[in-house]
Amino acid sequence: MDDPAPWWGALVLPAALLLAAVAAAGFGAVLTGAAEQGPGGGARAVGGRALAPLREGLRLLGRPPRRTTAADRLLGRLGVALVPVAAVLAAAVLPWGTRPLADPGVGIVWFNAMEALAWAAVWLAGWAPNSALSLIGGYRFLAQGLAYELPHMLAVTTAGLGAGSLRVSEVVDAQRGLWFAVWMPAAFAVYLLSALAMAFWGPFDHPLGQDLAGGAAVELAGVDRLVFLGGRWLLLVVTAGFAVPLFLGGGHGPLLPDGLWTSLKTAAVLALLLVARRALPTLRMDRYLEPAWTVLVPLALLQALVVAVVVLN
Amino acid sequence: MPVLDEVLFVVLALLAVGGAVMVFRFDSMARATYALLTALLCVGGEVLLLGLDYLGVVIVLMMTIEMALMAVFMVMYMMNPAGLVPMSMVHNPRLALAVAGTVFAALTVGAVLAPWPVGRARQPVDPTRELGRALMGPQMLTMMTLGMALFATIVVSVVLATPRGRYQRFGDDLRSRPADDPLPAGTRR
Repeated sequence: MDDPAPWWGALVLPAALLLAAVAAAGFGAVLTGAAEQGPGGGARAVGGRALAPLREGLRLLGRPPRRTTAADRLLGRLGVALVPVAAVLAAAVLPWGTRPLADPGVGIVWFNAMEALAWAAVWLAGWAPNSALSLIGGYRFLAQGLAYELPHMLAVTTAGLGAGSLRVSEVVDAQRGLWFAVWMPAAFAVYLLSALAMAFWGPFDHPLGQDLAGGAAVELAGVDRLVFLGGRWLLLVVTAGFAVPLFLGGGHGPLLPDGLWTSLKTAAVLALLLVARRALPTLRMDRYLEPAWTVLVPLALLQALVVAVVVLN
Repeated sequence: MPVLDEVLFVVLALLAVGGAVMVFRFDSMARATYALLTALLCVGGEVLLLGLDYLGVVIVLMMTIEMALMAVFMVMYMMNPAGLVPMSMVHNPRLALAVAGTVFAALTVGAVLAPWPVGRARQPVDPTRELGRALMGPQMLTMMTLGMALFATIVVSVVLATPRGRYQRFGDDLRSRPADDPLPAGTRR
C-alpha cells in the first residue's frame, strides 16, 4: 500500500461502491422477503427478490419528483445529493482491494468529517419540503447523531491510537499480527453500533420510521428518492467497509490476495449489519441517548485508556 | 502546482466571503446557517492549502457538526414554525456595520503592515506538530487552565439550567427508585 492508486481509480470507485450497494440491497431484500413471506420457493423466487431493489430503483427513475408548497428546493436538493456524495468522499480513504484511492496522513479524521456531512444532509432533506412528518424525521436524525457521534469518534480514535497513526494504511499495517477487533472489542462493538446509526439503518431507522410514514424521506419521490435512499445504501457499505481497515486487519490474511480478503471481510460485516436489522426492533432515540452517554461514552473512554497504556508500554 | 494553489486560494477566499455575505442576505434561518457552513468549509479548505492537513479536516468536521446543531437552536430562537416564515438576519445595521468595518480595516492594516518573514521558509515535516508546539509549548499552563475553566463553565451552566436535579428524580430522601423521569427511557436508573 505504498504507491497511490492510479487516477482512473476515481472513476472506478463510485461504480464499485454502487455495485456493492446494489448487492447489499439485494441481500437485504432477500432477508426481508424471507422474514415477511417465509423462505421462498426455489432459486427463481429468491433471485426475483434479490433484483427487487434494482427494479425499484429503475421504477423511481421514471417517476416525477414531488413538489410541496413553499419548499426550500435549494436546500432540499443539497441535502439529498449530499448523502451519496459524502459516502463516496468518505470512501476515498477506504483501502479497496489493496490500496486506498488517497492515503492522507489524516485519513481517519477525513472519514469522520465526511460522515458528519451526511448528518447535516438528512436534516436538510427532512427540513426542506415544508412538511411536518419529514421535519420530525430530520430532527430525529440530529438527536440520533448526538447519541452516536461521540462514542463513534472515541472508537475510531482508539484504532488510530493503537496504530499510533491516523493514516489508514498504517492502521492496517499495525494489525499485521493481531486484529484490533481482538484486543479492542469494546471499540469495535461501539463502531458497529454507530455504523448502523450513521446509515440510519436497522434498529436506528427511526428518522425514516413507519410511524412517520417514512420520516425524512416522506416527501421524496422519483430521482430525489432514488438518490437519497441509494445514498443511504452507499453509506452503509462504506461504514461497513471502513470497519475492515480499522479493526479487522484490512487486507491481511493467509493464502488469498489482499483484495479478496478485504472484499470477504467487508461482505461479512455488511451481512452482520443486514441481519441485525431483522433481529433488532427500531430503537427510539430517547431510549438510546441515555445509554449512549452513560454507558457507551465511558466504555469507549476506558477502552481508549487501556489501549493508550498498552501502546505506551 | 503553485499557480493552481494560488487560483484555488483565491476561489476559496471569494466563496468564503460570498457565503459570509449571504448569511445576512438570506431571509431563512436554515439557509443562513448553511451559508455560514459554506464559508467555514472554504476556510477549512484554505487551511488545507497551507499544508495543515489535520487542522483543515478538523475544521470541516467540527464546523459541520456545529452548524447542523446550531441550525436547530437558531430556528428555535426565531420563534416561527420550523423557521419557514421569512425573517431578517440584520439587527441594528448601522452600528454593526461601523463595528464590522472598523475591525475589518484594523485586521487588514495589521496583515499588510506586519513584518512577515522574507523568502520562502523550509516546509516542516509535520506542520501540525510545529504549529501545536508553537501555540502550546510555552503556554501549556495557560491552555490547561483555559480548558478546565471552559469545562467547568459547561458543567455549571448545565447544572444551573436544568430544572430537574436528583431531588426531583429520587425524592427528598434520594431513596425512591426507579427515578421519577418525565420520559421513562434509557438505563432506568
